[in-house]
Order: sequence, then structure tokens, then C-alpha cells
Amino acid sequence: MRPPIDIYGISKHYEDIIALKDISFQVNKAEIFGLIGPDGAGKTSMFRILTTLLLPDTGEAYVQGYHIVKDYKKIREIIGYMPGRFSLYQDLSVEENLSLFASIFGTTIEENYELVKEIYSQIEPFKDRRAGQLSGGMKQKLALSCALIHKPEVLFLDEPTTGVDPVSRTEFWGILKNLKAYGITILVSTPYMDEANMCDNIGLIQNGEILSIDTPGKMTQDFDRDIYAIKTKHKHKFLNTLKSYENTYSVFSFGDSIHYIDVRNNVKESELISTFSKMEFPEFNIEKIKPTVEDCFMDLMKQE
Amino acid sequence: MTSDAVISSENLTKKFGSFTAVDHITFEVKKGEIFGFLGANGAGKTTAMKMFCGLLRPTSGKGFVAGLDIYKESEKIKKRIGYMSQRFSLYEDLTVNENIQFYAGIYGLDRKTIRKKQHELSDKLQLTAYQNKLISSLPLGWKQKLAFSVAIVHEPDIVFLDEPTGGVDPVTRRQFWDLIYEAADAGVTVFVTTHYMDEAEYCDRISMMVDGRIEAIGSTDHLKAKYKVNSMNDVFLILARNVEI
Repeated sequence: MRPPIDIYGISKHYEDIIALKDISFQVNKAEIFGLIGPDGAGKTSMFRILTTLLLPDTGEAYVQGYHIVKDYKKIREIIGYMPGRFSLYQDLSVEENLSLFASIFGTTIEENYELVKEIYSQIEPFKDRRAGQLSGGMKQKLALSCALIHKPEVLFLDEPTTGVDPVSRTEFWGILKNLKAYGITILVSTPYMDEANMCDNIGLIQNGEILSIDTPGKMTQDFDRDIYAIKTKHKHKFLNTLKSYENTYSVFSFGDSIHYIDVRNNVKESELISTFSKMEFPEFNIEKIKPTVEDCFMDLMKQE
Repeated sequence: MTSDAVISSENLTKKFGSFTAVDHITFEVKKGEIFGFLGANGAGKTTAMKMFCGLLRPTSGKGFVAGLDIYKESEKIKKRIGYMSQRFSLYEDLTVNENIQFYAGIYGLDRKTIRKKQHELSDKLQLTAYQNKLISSLPLGWKQKLAFSVAIVHEPDIVFLDEPTGGVDPVTRRQFWDLIYEAADAGVTVFVTTHYMDEAEYCDRISMMVDGRIEAIGSTDHLKAKYKVNSMNDVFLILARNVEI
């Protein structure tokens, strides 16, 4: 039996722009698969092809065993889709939007209330407010409720957390985790690398190509270079000095520290300390660390 | 107001009907500082920013930008500031050179200076081969770097950046911050909002807005020490959701 999402060699171009290049991956039942990459990477094209809104140039894909071209009507009945841009009716109230989506799919709010309860109860106090007048976080919750109200088997969420503050983002991922208990398979895209750890499997995507597919744990574990975090009061100047240091493989600012990789394999920490101490900034702290998914992404971009 | 403040506000307030969007905020941003303006969605950041840009009249309180009164001198303020947001930055159906010319022209730069700026910017951003290409054909990261450069083409006292790096790839995001540092070193004050907590760490100081008020302000080291946590994400969680860590 095919996995709920099954993709083979999908390619798509628009005039002279290649949006997707030979994409293949699978998503298992009740799994959260994160498609992670910047704007313009091809994420939305992939979503539109899988939700039967766009035809691929080449390749095959199946959703719950249904072919995305031949069985498009069937697929539309069993999926929920939350597009990147706010997709609701701005002039309808919160409650009207939700009941409209329910009735299109031949169901009612009451029938599947259990599924949306956790999310919808947070916006229910504002159910008479027009959707256009909701804050960003509330719009996102309403859009998810609308995508869920017919109890879809597969849920497609295109950048649901873009522009949303870090706390609301964490809450949103908590909600997604809970949906797995209902057996719903979720394909979600995000430009925020730190959200990778909330997914069961991730695909890193850039310029229409998948750079890597794995679990977030395995992907960071397989990173084959030593990576050091440097903390210093003179972060910006230290960074610039390291950018022109002869043994630097890569160096990036990373929040409160600098992530440094040496071109030499297995260079000793003590050697780095003594070299850096001779540079203009003697006060610093260096520590070997585990890479993050963002480190992996930047390394893969460098290799491209 | 101290002499080196580029932004200062005292009890600045904006009400929409019975709703108080910005609630008595008092703070200063110094010349050349990179100031991070953080807060949850709906906390009042955009409203406050609009008042500082001279686009929205406050309900009460005082506010000065580049020494100018935000009530009486909003037109003068607009000439002294730069602005860039994630949503709107450049004209997609104009070329790189036309966008530079357009913005520089709006700010009253003469033709000779405009030509000089077109060369300088294309050179710095490695866009020389793309000078006559439409903006719509450029990758997002390039657009954002160009948009920032265009926002400071008239050498303003301060530039307002509203989520400038949203959706940009991790390498380009860091290159964008290199441009911010360069501008700050040249004396431009930078006022920036972001949802990336690692970017909060790149600011000299940040403020955290909650329900229209400035709930905390200071360097990230200061704030992490104050709330006894290791990350800005946790500071955000404590302040924005009143969560115990």
C-alpha cells in the first residue's frame, strides 16, 4: 500500500524559471513532514501540485493512493489545505467562515467539533467578529480550523507560522502534534529552521531542489564536521576577523554566539584557543557543540 | 530628551475608540544604535512605528524623531527617515536601476548623485549584471538587500525595518545583518522588528512590547540576566505569555 503522500520525480517550470527539479519523497501515516526552506524555494508549487491546483511538467504523485491528475476530485474531498496567504472570507464572521467550509464539505461544525475544539475554543469568544478584523495569530487559528472541519485524512499547511511571533508559533506546533492522535497525516512548510525539530521528518529545499531528507535528529547527527560556538563581547568584530582567517571553512553569527568550522578535520580545541588568543580579541569562550538544522542547511547551501 | 537621542517618547499613547493600541510608552533610541522592537502579534508595534514615521497622529503623549515633533513636524520627519518592510519594498515591474532612481528622486537627490548611487549600490550588492533586470526576476534575498540599500539611499538619520528578513534563507539573512551593521557604523540609527529571536541578539538593545506597553528594555544580556534564563525565546515567553520558566 502506498504511503499517504507518495511523490516521484516531480518537476515544474514557469517560463524560464525552474520551480521544482525532480522531487521525490514520501510521508507516512500520522506523520508531520516539514518542507523547510526560504521563500522562492518551490514549497508553494509543491503544495499546489499535491492539492491538485497545479499540473506538474513531469513526475507522478499520489495522495492517499489517489493520483493527483486522474483522481483530483477524490483528493479534494479528503484533504485540508491552508494556503500561505490568508484565504478566508474577510467579510464573513469567524463562525460564518467555519460553517461555510463545513457545509462545502457536506458536514457541520457540530459533527467534527472535537477535532477543532482545542484551536477553535481560543477564537470562539470572537465568533461574531469579521475575519478581516482578527489579529495575525487568530487568523491563523481560524484558517487551521477551516482546513480541519471536514476531518481530512491529509492536511497541507503552507507556511502556517510565517510572520507569527515565537510564542504563538510554539503553541501552533503543539496543536499540530495533538492532531497526530487522530491519524491525520500532515505536510507543513516553514522558512523557520528552528521549527524543524517539531517534525518527524524534514526535507530541506532550496532553488527547487531537495538538499536533504531525514529525521531532524539524524540529519544533525550525520553532520560530519566539528562545529564550535564562540562567545565574545566583540561578536561583530570577531566574526569579521574570522571571515578572513586562512583556516576558516565557514563562520556565521548565530544568536548570542558565532558558529565556526575549521577547514582542518579534527583540529584541537586547545589549538583554536591559542590561535584566536593571538588575534585582536583575547576575551572569548569556545565550545564544541552539536549542529542545528540551520547549520546543516547553510552547509548544504555552501556545497551547492 | 538627551542630546544624542534619535527617537524619544514620553507617555506616547494611541487609542482606536475604546481600544488602547499603544499605552503610555516612554523610551529613547540613541544615535547609531541598532534597536530591536519586539513583541507578540497585536502588541502594538506597528501602531507605534507608524506614529514615529509620521503616518499616524498620537492620541496623547510626546514623541520626537531626529529632534522633530511627531505632532507638528511629521512632513519633515518623512524626509529624515528611511522605511522598509517585508511586504512592500520595491516596484516589481521597474528595473534595479529604475527603483534606485525612483526612490533617490523622491528624496530629492540630484541626477549626478543618483548616478553615483546607482553605481555604488550595484557594485556593493554585486548586482552590476542585473542593473537593467526587472525586480520581479530577482531572488527574494537580493530584493531585500537592495530594498534596504534603497531605504537608506538619502542617508537618513534613522531607518525603520519591519520584519526585513522574513522568509529569507539563513545565509542571506546574515548578509542582510552585515548591511545593518555597516549602516549603523556609518551613523544611521536602525529600528528593527523581527520574529527571529537569534536576530534579537544582534541588536544593541531591544524592547519588548506587551498589550501596548513596553514591558522590558535593555541589552539581551541584561534581559536574560534579569529574568534568569538562557535564551531570548524564554524572555519572550515570560513577558508575552506571563509563563513561569
